[in-house]
Amino acid sequence: MPDRPMIAIENVSRFYASYRALDDVSLEIGAGEFFSLLGPSGCGKTTLLRLIAGFDVPTSGEIRIDGVTSTLLPANRRPTNMVFQNYAIFPHLDVGENVAYGLKRLKLDAAEERRRVSDALDQVRLTGLDRRKATELSGGQRQRVALARALVMRPKVLLLDEPLSALDKKLREEMQVELRSLQKAVGITFVLVTHDQYEALALSDRIAVMFGGRIAQVATPKEIYQHPRTRKVADFLGGMNFLGARLVAERGSDVAVETARFGTIRLERPKGFAAPDGRVTVGIRPERLRLLWDDERAPHELVGRVENRAYFGEVTHLTIGVDGLEKPLSMIETNDYGADDLPLGAEIRLAYDPEAFVLLAEDGVGR
Amino acid sequence: MLQRLRYLPFLPVYVAVYFLFLYLPILLLPVFSFNDAATTTLPLAGFTTKWYASLWGNTVLLQAARNSLVVGVCVSLLSTILGICAARAITRYRFRGQKPATGLIMAPLFLPEIIVAVSLLMIVLQMGLELSLVTVILGQVVFCIPYAMSVLVSGFEGFDRSLEEASYDLGETALGTFRRVTLPVVAPAIVSSLLVTFTISLDEFILAFFLSGTEPTLPVYIWGQLRFAAKLPGVLALGSLMILASVVLLTVAEVLRRRAERRTRATLAP
Repeated sequence: MPDRPMIAIENVSRFYASYRALDDVSLEIGAGEFFSLLGPSGCGKTTLLRLIAGFDVPTSGEIRIDGVTSTLLPANRRPTNMVFQNYAIFPHLDVGENVAYGLKRLKLDAAEERRRVSDALDQVRLTGLDRRKATELSGGQRQRVALARALVMRPKVLLLDEPLSALDKKLREEMQVELRSLQKAVGITFVLVTHDQYEALALSDRIAVMFGGRIAQVATPKEIYQHPRTRKVADFLGGMNFLGARLVAERGSDVAVETARFGTIRLERPKGFAAPDGRVTVGIRPERLRLLWDDERAPHELVGRVENRAYFGEVTHLTIGVDGLEKPLSMIETNDYGADDLPLGAEIRLAYDPEAFVLLAEDGVGR
Repeated sequence: MLQRLRYLPFLPVYVAVYFLFLYLPILLLPVFSFNDAATTTLPLAGFTTKWYASLWGNTVLLQAARNSLVVGVCVSLLSTILGICAARAITRYRFRGQKPATGLIMAPLFLPEIIVAVSLLMIVLQMGLELSLVTVILGQVVFCIPYAMSVLVSGFEGFDRSLEEASYDLGETALGTFRRVTLPVVAPAIVSSLLVTFTISLDEFILAFFLSGTEPTLPVYIWGQLRFAAKLPGVLALGSLMILASVVLLTVAEVLRRRAERRTRATLAP
């Protein structure tokens, strides 16, 4: 939990007729935090961002920004500024006029206004481009203008609505690094909406994963990747092998489950976990399974055969059939030892670490 | 894929004949308006500008021109304002009955104008209203709204709602947003609509003929003059001026419309 919440969302819902775009969401975002709202399209992440910006009003619940109740405050009176998905650069103004747009209302003297505009352009590395026409900008430049236009207002919170989705892959990765260092430099709260799990993992201090108008989990990138709370969260954040298991013992904060082929596994019991019929799901990430070569041995081994293989350059994705398992396992292996040359049907041994398993709650249970 | 046009020998001839038929009569108008003879017969008798000069001394004509100007300005303003409302509703919102409503607004384009003119005349007389420039204006507005709306829809279509949101977000009020963002971005489309509707009003005859009463507009005046053979060269001079005005106004309108379209497209491109 953040020390001082910059944004407090309390039991906020937004219904459109009978459609629940947001369903009783509560969340605190700390001052200076880089916070991401992650989820598939239609999960309510953009609705939540627009409620924070003031473009929409919740059906119920309360929003406080920097301690001020802002639920009904219009967008033009909030200390938040937004970078739009399509950037919304004013087409009839040049770069400098775009950046100065919000400053005009502050009635600064001309020199001060010029200074703030050029500082903002420096910040996003567009120095000297202030006379460039809005219609003559590249995608990356438009994004920087949108950033500068928002930052020049010195907001307490910067809201970013899928700001990188319109850029090609290489530029997107560059901008990710830049966004992160920009946030560290200006030190204000960033709230990013994205459907790209890698973007959320790479940029954020904390991530809220959303499905169907609800928050499924809020945690740091590492925590959310390594200890996803539910099957859906695990699935959304990269690959995961799911295994059916049976609860055999519960002791304090630990549980023991019995799985086919992997045997009995001890796991930490997640908060609010319940399995009334004793059936549970456990998961292990593909990269936590490892091929054993030649006479290499491991404390926990399993025998299988290669059913499918996909070459990804630096790694190879393997599908391994194991007798006694319902579904084949997927694993990711570096190509250092020749995983990319394994013939289909080849018998292999794989090693696993029982510590790498996570116990997953069924979705919608235990919230 | 576009295919290269196969060469057919009769095609250039056909095109030439087609264009001659379309534009020769219109080209003859200015030619004869400078001809120093009271009749429109070949060969040409010599160059003169006296027909143009005679227009200036004609007070009835000047009054008709003034009427046309008043009607044109009012019609273009009214139909553009109403067109803005309609175009904004169509491009911005989804609502029940949108398609039929759009169709009904556009319908006057395809209705026989003379029938509409007659029915308007009947209603105006039934209501006991005096025929005047006001009735001409009302009648022409109905016919000009479809034109205004199609020009404006193409200008508004690309207008991105997030531009207005960005303006609010940067602290601007609703009124300020309209003044600083909405209006400037769609201004070329609005000017284009004003010019198009003004031009249509300037040339419009049937409605003006039925609804103008004792105050003729230019086309109605011209119609009246055609009974007198001696007045023909003056009418030709006047007609030439009107063609020139129409071409200039429509060209400016089209240039502005394209600029508006480019501008709004550019904001959407990633």
